[in-house]
Amino acid sequence: MAILLVADHSNSALGASTGKALTAAKAIGGDVHVLIAGHAAQAAAEAASKLDGVAKVLVADAPHLANGLAEEIAATVVSLAGNYDTIIAPATASGKNVLPRVAALLDVMQISDIIKVVSPDTFERPIYAGNAIQTVQSTEAKKVITVRTAAFAAASEGGSAPIESVSAAPAVGISSFVGAELTKSDRPELTAAKIVISGGRGMGNGENFKTYIEPIATRLGAAMGASRAAVDAGFVPNDLQVGQTGKVVAPELYVAVGISGAIQHLAGMKDSKVIVAINKDAEAPIFQVADYGLVADLFQALPELDAELGKAGL
Amino acid sequence: MKILVAVKRVVDYAVKIRVKADGSGIELANVKMSMNPFDEIAVEEAVRIKEKDPATEVVAVSIGTTKSQETLRTALAIGADRAILVETADDTPVEPLAVAKLLRAVVEQEKPDLVVLGKQAIDDDSNQTGQMLAALLGWAQGTFASKVVPEGGAVNVTREVDGGLETVKLTLPAIVTTDLRLNEPRYPSLPNIMKAKKKPLDVKKPADYGVDVAQRLKVLKTTEPPVRKAGVKVADVAELVRRLKTEAGVI
Repeated sequence: MAILLVADHSNSALGASTGKALTAAKAIGGDVHVLIAGHAAQAAAEAASKLDGVAKVLVADAPHLANGLAEEIAATVVSLAGNYDTIIAPATASGKNVLPRVAALLDVMQISDIIKVVSPDTFERPIYAGNAIQTVQSTEAKKVITVRTAAFAAASEGGSAPIESVSAAPAVGISSFVGAELTKSDRPELTAAKIVISGGRGMGNGENFKTYIEPIATRLGAAMGASRAAVDAGFVPNDLQVGQTGKVVAPELYVAVGISGAIQHLAGMKDSKVIVAINKDAEAPIFQVADYGLVADLFQALPELDAELGKAGL
Repeated sequence: MKILVAVKRVVDYAVKIRVKADGSGIELANVKMSMNPFDEIAVEEAVRIKEKDPATEVVAVSIGTTKSQETLRTALAIGADRAILVETADDTPVEPLAVAKLLRAVVEQEKPDLVVLGKQAIDDDSNQTGQMLAALLGWAQGTFASKVVPEGGAVNVTREVDGGLETVKLTLPAIVTTDLRLNEPRYPSLPNIMKAKKKPLDVKKPADYGVDVAQRLKVLKTTEPPVRKAGVKVADVAELVRRLKTEAGVI
């Protein structure tokens, strides 16, 4: 039977995480149908139809699906579930919100945050902040799965899947969308960026993120991240948090500045290809996972780094 | 208002866990255990709502072995009024779906207006139970909450999402799961710890609720993650940039 991939989208755009979950879905095998449950989401549907390996794009359009409310999206997913033996979504804020609701409505135990497809019913997933890896086999007739997107490459473009409309489930009507305060940024999205530069408690305040980290991020075309300590201290907004309970990233280059390297932070970035740590404490645990460590005061090192990168033509 | 708070006993967040050599799981003998940090935030939030509206009753519930009584006593010391333990026979983990079914049964008896849970437990990192409970009850869910404001027959929940924050309005009764920035849990005072010992704690069994807690997922093995080797220390920024360019080729 086929796989239903519940897309992460904003109606006007398809989230990059959807292409990564698609790679996991293809590894499981079978026709992959991508569901865009939204309102006036033609642009997201068209983007999904171009992903390589999509057999069909299903569009459920209704005003009550416009804002990604879990109660509404889950009802529509469940109404379509009969045709599928696997329902999958990226483990984004949206996927993590919606899929367990779908799973419980189907009386299925969900497999969260898979990092590897071993076989169509067996998966690897991290537990204890990635300090152990579990191999789990599902005995369920239907499987409900979320995908850790940092563990899968994005599917390429080049497809031209047909777009079909399907009916949305009737409105559940027990929740409503009040508003959103989304961070505006011209930088690449944290979980999709090739380079991430993150600051920790050592940054001292939010102003220093702007003064010291932003110019380098701009120069490198990098996303900015932060440790939990920096977010808790109010230096930067929550959506920058990298870690066990924040975002999990695996860029080509991860630069950790003024971050000591708590277990829960390492859980969010230790699969990065190259890790650079800049910290004045030579004993900081971050150096145990760093490919390149620089023991230095960040307020001196960062302006130097900015200048050196400039000299190197970046 | 009546609030039910679910808490889980887990390996303390500061413990560096060890994977058993035979691949059968995590070493749990003689390891410090604590309340799941997100659940502490959940208890704190319920108690803060009670402090604003003294007519509120806060009931803490846990599913686990008899040792989870300690975790419930912590919840009582923070300020919950009474506790319920659904006691399991051994340490075999109860999966989120079964936990959600047990909680549904408790909810049907207790009839709370609001159930507050941690967004995930830091042992299995599943992040499922609250959403599943909401589904089973047909209630609205406000997950990853950073602000919870009850208002008449509804609750406004500000949620931490990928792009920032969003606010949803949920009709009560509803489910809230907590994120890190919701509050900073208090340390229970000694008098409150003493008082907590006298608060009522009921012990039930999964069978009392007619819920099957058999595992649906088979854990084939548990292994260490690949170890990342420490690299080199560079002397200065110039060397760092040179190596990133020529050796690592990432800039």
